[in-house]
Amino acid sequence: MSTTRPDPLHPDPLHKLRAYFAGFPLLWPLVGLAALLLFNVVYHPGFLALEVRDGHLYGTPVDLLHQGAKGILLAIGMTLVIASGGIDLSVGSVMALAGAAAALLAKRADLPLVAVIVLPLLLAAIAGLWNGLLVTRIGIQPIIATLVLMTSGRGLAMLLTGGQNPAFDRSGFIFLGNGHLLGLPFTIYLVAAALTTAGLLLRRTALGLFLESTGDNERASRASGVDARLVKTAVYVVSGVCAGLAGLVATSNIKQADPIRTGEMMELDAIFAVVVGGTALTGGRFTLAGSVVGALLIQTLTQTMFYLGVPPPIAPVPKAIIVLAVCLLQSAGFRRDVVGLVKRPIRR
Amino acid sequence: MTRVLLELRDIVKTFGSVKALDRASLTLRAGEIHALMGENGAGKSTLIKVLTGVHAPDAGTIVLDGKPIAPRSPREAEQAGISTVYQEVNLIPTLSIADNLLLGRQPTRLGWIRRRELVRRAEAAVARLGLEIDVTRAVGACPLAIQQMVAIARALDIRARVLVLDEPTSSLDEREVASLFDLLRRLRGEGLAIVLVTHFLDQVYAVSDRITVLRNGAFVGEHETSELPRRRLIEAMLGRDFGDEADARPAAAAAATGKRLLEARGIGRRGLLSPIDLALSEGEIVGLAGLLGAGRTETARLLFGLEAADSGAITIGGQAAVLRSPRDAMGKGLAFCSEDRRAEGILPHLSVRENLILAMQAGRGPWRLLPRREQDALVDHYIRALGIKAPSPEAPIHTLSGGNQQKVLLARALATQPKILLLDEPTRGIDVGAKLEIERLVRSLRERGMSVLFISSDLDELVRTCGRVAVLRDRRKVGELAGDDVRPDKILSVIAHEHDAA
Repeated sequence: MSTTRPDPLHPDPLHKLRAYFAGFPLLWPLVGLAALLLFNVVYHPGFLALEVRDGHLYGTPVDLLHQGAKGILLAIGMTLVIASGGIDLSVGSVMALAGAAAALLAKRADLPLVAVIVLPLLLAAIAGLWNGLLVTRIGIQPIIATLVLMTSGRGLAMLLTGGQNPAFDRSGFIFLGNGHLLGLPFTIYLVAAALTTAGLLLRRTALGLFLESTGDNERASRASGVDARLVKTAVYVVSGVCAGLAGLVATSNIKQADPIRTGEMMELDAIFAVVVGGTALTGGRFTLAGSVVGALLIQTLTQTMFYLGVPPPIAPVPKAIIVLAVCLLQSAGFRRDVVGLVKRPIRR
Repeated sequence: MTRVLLELRDIVKTFGSVKALDRASLTLRAGEIHALMGENGAGKSTLIKVLTGVHAPDAGTIVLDGKPIAPRSPREAEQAGISTVYQEVNLIPTLSIADNLLLGRQPTRLGWIRRRELVRRAEAAVARLGLEIDVTRAVGACPLAIQQMVAIARALDIRARVLVLDEPTSSLDEREVASLFDLLRRLRGEGLAIVLVTHFLDQVYAVSDRITVLRNGAFVGEHETSELPRRRLIEAMLGRDFGDEADARPAAAAAATGKRLLEARGIGRRGLLSPIDLALSEGEIVGLAGLLGAGRTETARLLFGLEAADSGAITIGGQAAVLRSPRDAMGKGLAFCSEDRRAEGILPHLSVRENLILAMQAGRGPWRLLPRREQDALVDHYIRALGIKAPSPEAPIHTLSGGNQQKVLLARALATQPKILLLDEPTRGIDVGAKLEIERLVRSLRERGMSVLFISSDLDELVRTCGRVAVLRDRRKVGELAGDDVRPDKILSVIAHEHDAA
């Protein structure tokens, strides 16, 4: 306690700055991201360079956003689920499921493009609804309820494709994950649109308040007239749709379905992104912007490992270390302890 | 009796821009029960948290047995001999009573817990309190009153020289209070210094030897209990002339004759409440009296749709109403304040503003978010109207004192502009000043035509506030008193089943 008390004789020059950042929870994830980018720039001076080729913008920053699109989409849904006090382990499998459905539909030239996009999203929404009903109607703990679909979702996808990885040649659908619009990858617009929609729905309506209140104290919210069960069901549906969208992008990227590899381990990246971004696993207060920064951080990490030539089997280890470091930076208690080690102890 | 054991002198503690303690002092002698009194936000809880090492004081000294101490954690305070039972029960619901009692001090052999020894010690600890309970039961499965006793037993088990009890009796019934006080007297005889924070004046006069009064974080005075009339005590706490309010039954509490708003016939639920009849009229405050567990809370929960009734019918405004959820009830013009502030009231990490507008916004639905400017105006209005003390409307509500949290919850219910307000122990755990303010507010609501169901364990409060009082015992309604019959002694005799009431 004594180290944080203002000392009139030795005013803390950083006091104002500190007070400012205390109300700015995005600080530490941003610091982590900036540090990582800086490291890359030092190691690879051309890291942040952009160039225009064939009217398209190219460069690592664009690549990060394009490649990070799936992670950001998942993180949006995961943020809402975690804010409600739950967790969704099934998003990776739902990606695979929606991707498999989309690939099969894309092969059929008689179907309009809208159906190729909308039907898999509907399937993903149903998957989310399943999760939501398991949690709210049957009362299964979220981690177990979503584990069901996590393990069975890929099997369902395999059933759909008959064990194959069907390829397709449908230009409209391929555009989704590979096309460019006004010089930028289309995925960036997709993410921007998803974020804008989520942001508007959560902050310009009362949905965000109901979500935070449900996550903070479900019983009290119910007693105040909030339909907490509906809120909790809805977040899993939204998470399902986000995962479906990410699955479409992933499938479009590789122009074929891949029930085994699509979205593999991405549920954990999404949870990382949300937690690193500053939303507590205990539910309640959430920050979408933080989750986006978190997802970008994870993507940058992946890319860094790639640039450094770290073999993919080993890459998770340094990745884990960095994630741990950012989590520790976020902890006020840890920061105080570190500061306490550096500063000379104040005489009592 | 006269040896000073512990002295807190001129303690100052600031939170942000709020000065919670401004030269507060407390002197304890060995072998006394010392009541610490003050209004909401007078600094009682903060002073106790300084004493027990939760907060470090900005200035001031703590001297125990002639030696200055500066406990930096509750553990350090416990080691110095200062044990505390907090207002909100702090136990681990899934662990057994025995585990909770000896948490962190379990008897071990080679690192393994000795279960039998653990249970034996726990049994000894509860026996000292005169309790007969199975210590292997999970704490969460026990009634709140038992949990409170376990928390006290836990504090006593440590070799304490100073025992601090913050609102120990707020969830106990009279018999339990009496046995607790017997225990406190015994401990006093053993030379323990006991600090008692409570809002029940009767209890202060029943058990304490000395009273220290705080106001606005500052020391106001220390008195022998026997030499301080109640009126003087209350005046010292409030810092103003108190009038006759505390004793008189205002004309406002007279029975109303407005039109019927709500009528419940034979509503009940097996295992919860035997079918009862209850009617509420426009501009009427109806009290629900009874001991803990008599079915008062259950009645309110059935009326508000928090529990589904399996018998009976409710009509609201002359029309049959089916209340399956709080949303249904709110749609019919009902609002409810729960007795369990922490579990069913506050959203601890959300702001005062968000807590306050939640129910009203839930009524508007998700799509019509009240514009921020109107939210701020609404919150401002209630902060001023109810005298809510908060650092800012954006402060998380858990940073407010209990009484101020309660006022925010009351404001939350009022913001829905209900026709019928169900208040379950709205003044529990808050001090005299806030209590009177809330009572006054409830009476003013009555004048505006609202109908209020008022649940309280405080008979004087019921008498001051209600025009009619229904009495419950053992989960059934056993009587109803109106007009001049609304007197503490009459209510008590119905509760105690001294004779059959109307």
